[in-house]
Amino acid sequence: MLIELDNVSHVYQDENNVKALTDINLEISRGEFIGIVGHTGSGKSTLVQLFNGLIIPSSGTVKVNGKNITNEKSNLKETRRHVGLVFQYPEHQLFEETVYQDIAFGPKNLGLDKDEIQNRVKEVMELVGLDYQEFKDRSPFNLSGGQQRKVAIAGVLALKPDVLVLDEPSAGLDPQGRKQLAELLKYLYQELEMTVILISHRMEEIAELASRVIVMHQGEIVIDDTPVEVFSREQELHKLSLDLPQITEILHRLDEKGLKVNTDLFSISEASAEIIKALRSK
Amino acid sequence: MLKDITIGQYIARDSIIHALDARIKIIITTILIIALFTIDTFSGFGFFSAFILVVVLLSKISIKKVLKGLKPILILVLFTLFIHIFLTKGGQVLWSWKFISIESEGVYTGFFMVSRIFILILFTSLLTLTTSPLQLTDGIEYILSPLKRFGVPASELSMMMTIALRFIPTLLEEADKIMKAQQARGADFESGNLIQRAKSLIPLLVPLFISAFRRADDLALAMESRCYRGGEGRTRLHELEFRYYDFIALIIIVILAVAVSFY
Repeated sequence: MLIELDNVSHVYQDENNVKALTDINLEISRGEFIGIVGHTGSGKSTLVQLFNGLIIPSSGTVKVNGKNITNEKSNLKETRRHVGLVFQYPEHQLFEETVYQDIAFGPKNLGLDKDEIQNRVKEVMELVGLDYQEFKDRSPFNLSGGQQRKVAIAGVLALKPDVLVLDEPSAGLDPQGRKQLAELLKYLYQELEMTVILISHRMEEIAELASRVIVMHQGEIVIDDTPVEVFSREQELHKLSLDLPQITEILHRLDEKGLKVNTDLFSISEASAEIIKALRSK
Repeated sequence: MLKDITIGQYIARDSIIHALDARIKIIITTILIIALFTIDTFSGFGFFSAFILVVVLLSKISIKKVLKGLKPILILVLFTLFIHIFLTKGGQVLWSWKFISIESEGVYTGFFMVSRIFILILFTSLLTLTTSPLQLTDGIEYILSPLKRFGVPASELSMMMTIALRFIPTLLEEADKIMKAQQARGADFESGNLIQRAKSLIPLLVPLFISAFRRADDLALAMESRCYRGGEGRTRLHELEFRYYDFIALIIIVILAVAVSFY
């Protein structure tokens, strides 16, 4: 088991004492692509920060690769090497003079030697779609927003984590940027067999990519199932102020109006084929 | 670790001291500080200390919290004390060793200065403890406004202070977020020697500065698009208002200050 949460609760220790998570039990195994959805303040971001020890829960245990990371003595740096976390607006953490140096920050902190660092930087830059020769010496601050985000994500990938956790990575990107990001995640998951955990408000993204969907509400996991199962529970999702993917929504509407269609489809091509088929057989 | 920082140190209580008008409190503090410098006996300090005690009790803030405010200046105070003890000459020689000597005048002046600094800090910290930063900047603006005709930009100054105070918690939150993001990339802020630690702050400070500038830009645009155009003729949501007990407090203080100075 890659990540195991056992009876985890967390209360933020400040004047408001917000209860962020209540009694979370969760197991994530290698090779899964998990989508986490939930409206703002449902505890998604707190949850993913538990995975690499940035937040130590008030109670309960978190195990990564079988090692308990909740006790004081645990080696968090080691954990963070295995669990790469990409925050919201990750380009806000860029600080180095060149793209190369910024991406090399993580590997340098791991204490790798120069050649290995260079190999990794080259590798991850190609992975996210930045030409090594063209971009390595440019200042990250002179890049476009989309390119900055690629640099920031490359900076986390350079740690070569077993799990990549992304907190709303597509927020503020243009349609093309979102598409490239989705393709990158798909490649990491399918070709490199990386475990990916994706927080997103865009149900289309989740439906297209995830193999398992976790729905959070007020600090608790309310649904944990396959996308097909989760998105068939329309009423429940609406109650949690969540939407269906637009395509699925259309199929549901057609179904209500009396056109016999399969409502468990998430991609435009599948859905259009299904609708044409339904219309023909009418 | 960043959460421990409290700035302005305002502690909200429902007390008569908190209810006083900010302008009156600033004026009173100024009068008391001037009076403090006219005093040349320890009995005067005793009187002031008693007065501070009364104010603290009235303000419903625990004495421990008030005294905690003295901690940061402890080094300065000790430094002053030793300088005077060893360097101010005059009176009886109490102790000497080779070229170093302690004389009675030095000990006296040393303790005298230390008492003065303590009381000075207590006065001013009482002001910030019982007045919210917003009221304080409003008060400063009012008091500075007669100087406007000499070209002092009073309302701009107070707007700057208000904005600065407003953004302290926001920037702390931002710093916390950036720190976590860098820690996720294996950065280490907590170990190493002094130079290593200072160096490890670069990945935190550079993004923090950039975000502060970005926020300033956004704020300027937002203010302009809502037609902010400087202080002239602006009205406010919470007008400062003098009430009868503000004047009573002022009169009491003036009498006390005069009495102490001529005592």
